[in-house]
Amino acid sequence: MTKIKSLFISLLLTIGVSTAIAGSHGSTLDLVKERGKLMCGSNTGLAGFGAPNDAGVWEGIDVDVCRAVAAAVFGDANAVEFVPTTSKVRFTVLQSGEIDMLSRNTTWTLQRDVELGLEFVGVNYYDGQGFMVRKDLGVSSASELDGASVCIQVGTTTEMNLADYFKANGMSYEPIPVETNSEADAAYLAGRCDIYTTDASGLYASRAGYPDPSAHMVLPEIISKEPLGPSVRHGDSEWADIVRWSLNAMIIAEEKGITSDNVDEMKNSKDPETLRLLGVSKVGDTGAGYGAWLGLDDDWAYNIIKQVGNYSESFEKHIGVNTPINIARGLNALYKDGGILYAPPFR
Amino acid sequence: MSSSISFTHNKYYSWCRNNLFSSWINGIITILSIYFIYEVSSFFLNWTIFEADFVNNFRGEKITDRTFCSKNIEPGQHGACWAIIIVRFHQFIYGFYPVEEAWRVNLVYGLLPFALVGIFFDNLPFRKYFIYFTFLFPFIGYFLLYGGAGLDVVGTSKWGGLLVTLFLGVTGILLAFPLSIILALGRRSKMPVIKTICIIFIEFIRGVPLITLLFTANVMLPLFLPEGVRPDNLLRALVAVTLFQSAYMAEAIRGGLQAIPKGQLEAAQSLGLTYWQSTRKIILPQALKISIPPIVNTCIGLFKDTSLVLIIGLFDLLGVGRAAVADIDWAKLHYEVYVFISLVFFIFCFGMSRYSLYLEKKLKTDNS
Repeated sequence: MTKIKSLFISLLLTIGVSTAIAGSHGSTLDLVKERGKLMCGSNTGLAGFGAPNDAGVWEGIDVDVCRAVAAAVFGDANAVEFVPTTSKVRFTVLQSGEIDMLSRNTTWTLQRDVELGLEFVGVNYYDGQGFMVRKDLGVSSASELDGASVCIQVGTTTEMNLADYFKANGMSYEPIPVETNSEADAAYLAGRCDIYTTDASGLYASRAGYPDPSAHMVLPEIISKEPLGPSVRHGDSEWADIVRWSLNAMIIAEEKGITSDNVDEMKNSKDPETLRLLGVSKVGDTGAGYGAWLGLDDDWAYNIIKQVGNYSESFEKHIGVNTPINIARGLNALYKDGGILYAPPFR
Repeated sequence: MSSSISFTHNKYYSWCRNNLFSSWINGIITILSIYFIYEVSSFFLNWTIFEADFVNNFRGEKITDRTFCSKNIEPGQHGACWAIIIVRFHQFIYGFYPVEEAWRVNLVYGLLPFALVGIFFDNLPFRKYFIYFTFLFPFIGYFLLYGGAGLDVVGTSKWGGLLVTLFLGVTGILLAFPLSIILALGRRSKMPVIKTICIIFIEFIRGVPLITLLFTANVMLPLFLPEGVRPDNLLRALVAVTLFQSAYMAEAIRGGLQAIPKGQLEAAQSLGLTYWQSTRKIILPQALKISIPPIVNTCIGLFKDTSLVLIIGLFDLLGVGRAAVADIDWAKLHYEVYVFISLVFFIFCFGMSRYSLYLEKKLKTDNS
């Protein structure tokens, strides 16, 4: 049954890829410019990563990547239309060309990068799968979870990691499939499952919203690597470059200490890389700035930093330790601060 | 003596005696039931109304996020925190529709009753004009909602909440109705090609779940269309919903058609009526009357099934609710949101059910 299902899905995606490639006249950048707005696939609602606020404005660190691309292309971080996608439909929506990019806590894996025809352009959050349990269960390690019932989102990498982990440790479990984060929360809180497993970031975000967060704990074991990042379709490397360097610009800005507040002063900085990033220096004696390489205006990165902020600003605003989600930078700190966040040089 | 006689003649007393306290066991069950009903309803009323927060909490502060909810401040407070619904009311009713354009949605909601009274009540003065309006309404409504020709265009991706639920439910049901009559007649047709087509269509649609149809419409349809032709996400869902509903309704109507004795058609034909005349004047009016309960049944089912569109990324009422509970500012006030959504669905479904009872009574003739 699963074989038939996966055969069907790959068939579907193959059709999708071939049509997408066959039908792709004109570059994505031209299409986006012509349309006047960026179509961005977002989560249907994950606090801190991508969710509409009370006023209906989308917020979160995944959402900020889309806003950065819009700022780079249009000089307006609000020229984005968010298309909410569930974990099941996200790739097909991207393949069919309905969205220009997907920024929706999606793990970068070999299969997705190669077989599904996506192009991951970087990592905006290094995550790992964890387990959350009620403290009164008296469990302190994932190795004590034999026979537990587990709430798990269908169609995600976490589903496979869970199976691998339990198999490798000779334990059994009873899966309770759920469709969305909020459904998982409801099921877990109602006691329909002993464990809720998803990426640790998601667990922290969920726990922050529980009536009594202190009654729940995230177990120390992290059972997988989950680099989450934005992706685009195969077949348009120029567009992929724009998305990649929009994210990189946010990371480099943090590295250089450029924030949305001081970006105007930084135009007078002595640092050559800062000047290149902000479009002050020109390439050789061509008279054009570095934006021309990407097909963008020279102040593309300036617009990103001015309107969206650098990586740290986005992180602290949406998921940092001063928010209810309360995630420390950890792996997501810059390489020079003990993390692994590292953007190639801007030159 | 005289007092006991007047006592037993009191009709309330005797009703209670006969229905609630006819034996010791029944008496005990009655008392326990009353106690149970009292406990449940007092808990529910306290939670939903008397102890609940609406705009301000018990200190009189305006509630702007969950930390202001009384139940999150005082351990003794247990009432619901309806502020999440009030603060996000716009999203629940209009989705992401621009605030300054919301009057257009209100106007459509306001015009909807005028479009419906013509069909609902046949002794209305100037009914003819109301019926004209009913036929014009879908176009007026779509123009108002979508815009163009002077009004700002509001793409369907900005529609959400109750607007999407009603749009899919009402339009789906209205479009499916004529389609289902054709399918039902086609399935009973003597012409083999038409009959086969109708059977294949109905059985195929009934054989797959709505969610599969939604996926097909959402994901596969664009893949087979040329580049640049991107039917709107909401319209794709509407197509799936309409096809699904028409297949189910067709079977309900076919049930009605089969219940009409053959003599009715033969009598009509012996009067010299053609197939279409006898179908329109003799068969269908009777068949549709019999089919009212199953038709309304499928309509109610469909109205609730529209919440499945969340899976293809449309924010209907339930989708907006889920996004609200996912917002960290509101800390998953699951109960408030889901109770509110259930209430809205209940109001519409109960309304449909009562209307079908009214129709049945009105159309009841002595021969049935």
